[in-house]
Amino acid sequence: MSWEIIKQSLPMFQQGFLLTLYLSLIGIIGSIIVGIICSLVEYFKIPVLNKILKVYIEISRNTPLLIQLFFLYYAFPAMGIKMSAQLCGIIGLIFLGGSYMSAGFSGGFNGVNKKQVESGKAIGLSRWQLARYVIFPQGFALSIPALAANIIFLIKETSIFTVIAIPELTNTALDLIGLYYNSNEYLFVLVVAYAIILIPLSIILTLLERRVRYGTFGN
Amino acid sequence: MAHSGINVLFEGTNLTRLLLGMWTTFKIAAVAIIIGLIIGIILGILRTFHNPILRFVLRIYLEFFRIVPTVVLLFLFYYILPRQMNLHMPGTQVAMLVFSLWVAAEMSDIVRGALISVPIHQKESGLAIGLNKFQLYRYVLVPQAVQLELPATINLITRVIKTTSLLMLISVMDVVNIGQQIVEANNQKYPTGVFWIYGLIFLLYFLIDYPLSWWAGRLEKKRLEQTNGE
Repeated sequence: MSWEIIKQSLPMFQQGFLLTLYLSLIGIIGSIIVGIICSLVEYFKIPVLNKILKVYIEISRNTPLLIQLFFLYYAFPAMGIKMSAQLCGIIGLIFLGGSYMSAGFSGGFNGVNKKQVESGKAIGLSRWQLARYVIFPQGFALSIPALAANIIFLIKETSIFTVIAIPELTNTALDLIGLYYNSNEYLFVLVVAYAIILIPLSIILTLLERRVRYGTFGN
Repeated sequence: MAHSGINVLFEGTNLTRLLLGMWTTFKIAAVAIIIGLIIGIILGILRTFHNPILRFVLRIYLEFFRIVPTVVLLFLFYYILPRQMNLHMPGTQVAMLVFSLWVAAEMSDIVRGALISVPIHQKESGLAIGLNKFQLYRYVLVPQAVQLELPATINLITRVIKTTSLLMLISVMDVVNIGQQIVEANNQKYPTGVFWIYGLIFLLYFLIDYPLSWWAGRLEKKRLEQTNGE
């Protein structure tokens, strides 16, 4: 392991690092928006839309991101739809993440204590009021651990972007290995870079889980 | 256009090759799941023991495999095993090794979570009737934990199957790699063939994973109904 090689590669890794963060951020925000919409449609059982979203969720959860990306990047142009690699990556990540986030929120809504729901009904809350004042405030809090776990999952999934040649962290490392063969050094930097992003998130996740569990026991 | 894209699937041995590729993928997933689940259950049990060093080491193992993306894990083993340890393994074996270790890590957490959520009175009752530690785990804790953890285990299996799509990155001849070759070879004759090839691979993955997720979902629902009924 040579520190000189590592030092020389850092500027390139920095760019990959920023790109990974940037793509993850957009993907996560998009996924949360899609997830909230899906979980609301599911909660209010909006006809037709509910069925369509169910099909979307099953497709997105049961197929690999890599194939989704290949489809967007290689198969869509054959049908006349051309997009840049980064756009494909973001769309793919949101397509995948949306269903995971939706499952997280729905899990939170379903996790609200049945006594709470029944009490709400007993004091004559309408379906909307019940959702607005009882289910959502508690449900969102309960879904936070799932949300955090999904965020970590999505950031890790951005490593798959390397297959459509987006120069994020993994792609940067593979390119450098291909050019200079110093696989030990570059893989080391790669692991450290992911650790810098994910270890703090993982610690936050553990703390949140503990808090939410304490919250529910505190009831 | 004389050629419709879908015909690329029936040209020569294309379809058989794709299905054989899927078989390779499936084999790697199956080996990794079996080995991983066995090691994972053992590690999960060990993680409930009150030995701080053991718990710390196993926690680090879990966190490492959780934090490093699977793509990177595959490359780590693919590049470092031959260079540092002089172990020359074909991509298929590297993949089986990485996936087994990864499944074991995830499984250990599932098992630990299930074991500690078995009600404490079960454990105490077992001890009270004079079971030793092995009997306690064998007859009381593990059977109940397995039931609790089954949906999570099935979900883990679907994740492993999805993740096998990454095998092409370490040049395993899996379904994606073969699909890519077919696309490249037939690009001139069937410009829209790419749509059908990747479409078929998409469908194959869905056909394997969907029944499994459906099963896990049903078990989970049943369990929720049971706990609510209490």
